[in-house]
Amino acid sequence: MTSFRLNGHDISVDVPEDTPLLWVIRDEIGLTGTKFGCGIGMCGACTVHVGGRATRSCITPVSAVEGADITTIEGLDPAGTHPVQEAWKDLQVPQCGYCQSGQIMQAASLLKDFPQPTDEDIDAVMGGSLCRCMTYIRIRDAIKKAAAATGGEPSNG
Amino acid sequence: MISRTAILRLAAGAVGLGAVAGAGFLAYALHPAIAPIAPPAATSFSAESVERGRVLAAGGYCAECHTRRDGQPGIPLAGDYAMATPFGTIYSSNITPDAKTGIGTWSLAAFTRAMRYGVSRDGANLFPAFPFDHFTHMTDGDIADVYAFLMAQKPVSSVKRENTLPFPFSMRILQAGWKLLFLHPGAYKNDPAHDAEWNRGAYLAEGLSHCSACHTPRNAMGAEKASAPYDGAPVDNWIAPPLNATNPTPVTWTENEFFQYLRYGVAPLHGSAAGPMSPVVHGGLSEMPESDIRAIAHYLANIDHADARQPGDAQHLATAMASSTRDLTTPQTADADARLYQGACAACHANTGTHPVLGRPELALNNALWLDEPTNLYQVILRGIGTEEGQSGITMPSFYHALTDADLARLAAYLRRTRTTLPPWTDLEKKAAAVRATLPAPPVAASH
Repeated sequence: MTSFRLNGHDISVDVPEDTPLLWVIRDEIGLTGTKFGCGIGMCGACTVHVGGRATRSCITPVSAVEGADITTIEGLDPAGTHPVQEAWKDLQVPQCGYCQSGQIMQAASLLKDFPQPTDEDIDAVMGGSLCRCMTYIRIRDAIKKAAAATGGEPSNG
Repeated sequence: MISRTAILRLAAGAVGLGAVAGAGFLAYALHPAIAPIAPPAATSFSAESVERGRVLAAGGYCAECHTRRDGQPGIPLAGDYAMATPFGTIYSSNITPDAKTGIGTWSLAAFTRAMRYGVSRDGANLFPAFPFDHFTHMTDGDIADVYAFLMAQKPVSSVKRENTLPFPFSMRILQAGWKLLFLHPGAYKNDPAHDAEWNRGAYLAEGLSHCSACHTPRNAMGAEKASAPYDGAPVDNWIAPPLNATNPTPVTWTENEFFQYLRYGVAPLHGSAAGPMSPVVHGGLSEMPESDIRAIAHYLANIDHADARQPGDAQHLATAMASSTRDLTTPQTADADARLYQGACAACHANTGTHPVLGRPELALNNALWLDEPTNLYQVILRGIGTEEGQSGITMPSFYHALTDADLARLAAYLRRTRTTLPPWTDLEKKAAAVRATLPAPPVAASH
């Protein structure tokens, strides 16, 4: 039995301890906003927050998140109006949309570490989040727009 | 020419000397049993003593080695932990107060003798897998408190597995010779050349918390090399890094870095407590008061001559930070190894600015990249780090299925080449396979 908090709710799951967190989130809990991409932590589609930090859920065993505080795209903002989400909508970032929940989770985490990110900061951190529609230019613009909207205050621990 | 008689005399003399020495050794090696006692009631110890003992037992990691971990996990302190030594496997004993299978019939005198001289209640010599060569430096009062804590626990009936030590290592009497050479019994004596905090740190680090048991290399007889204190050593398929001035990280382990690491599981300019060090921090030292952790940090920073080495730190930090986003911010690099690093690692490890973000470990500063072998780097990549290890609450995934041994070798070579100033590691793919083979099972199931 592994227990953790997910989007503010206490969760206990009885699955083998080597089960990837992604499958616990999608199949056991039923939140399907987090996507399966490559399955080897190389594309970013499965990114969630563990303890506030962007984490590839497809290769994180559920045993590693005992007691953790986890946030998925569904829990990022109760109304879906996180500054990154707003910027995403304003700039019409998504094309096919498959990678976007991972991109948004990675971007929200990026802004905690680097509240006023430069192009270099964005490229360095977002380089592991792939978009097969090649919307990278708009992703970068949306991150800057969200940074401007949040006033650029650091909020990481 | 020496006459035959003279040779005989010499021989007789040698035998005589040998006999005297042998008798002396036997007198030294043989210990009487200490009479068993009726297990004392838990209520016969003061609550204060039991509580002090609980904290001390945590700080000495008693439960770490006296609880079975393989197969069916055991009850804490009931023993049967398998310790792989170069001489064979030793299974730890049950130190709950069970009269038949534990230490329920041990008097305080018997317990104190075990801690100070490595002798069991029945008089047998204990193997130094039990670090009595460190516990011997504890005060009588602290030993009595640990005794009170252990005797106040619930007795658990549990018989350990038989040691697999081959002859002659299985002969406990030989341990007396080991002690003659390597045990320096007696409680720690304050060094007047140092202040009270240093002495407190030395008392804890050298005694109760036995830091050098893992961080000092051992000789052919399994004893810590007196000539190489804190030089670092392999332990449980990891490397316990050097804690002295030979530690190779670019930024010095200062008192503050040691304190952050030992109290919170992460040193901002060095990395987090993973592998065998994680339970030391989170399961052991976490119970000790902050002043004790500060004392240990103070002592260790003196051992590694932090004051003398610190002046170079600012430059080394700046160099590391400048290398952090190398290959990540330009248009797609042609270096395939750099691209692998970007895909697998950089989202969480790239840093900009003057200091790494806490929770974004800077690899150019990290212990694992600067050690002589890639062992710890491979361990962490393959296992990942759970939320209860290292920096609490956050996690690193396991790349066990994500990266082949060839991938691991490429990453290790790339990081060593671009984030350190040290010579390249060798045989990287072979070593990746060797570390992978030490994991009991894949930490995470394949996702696809």
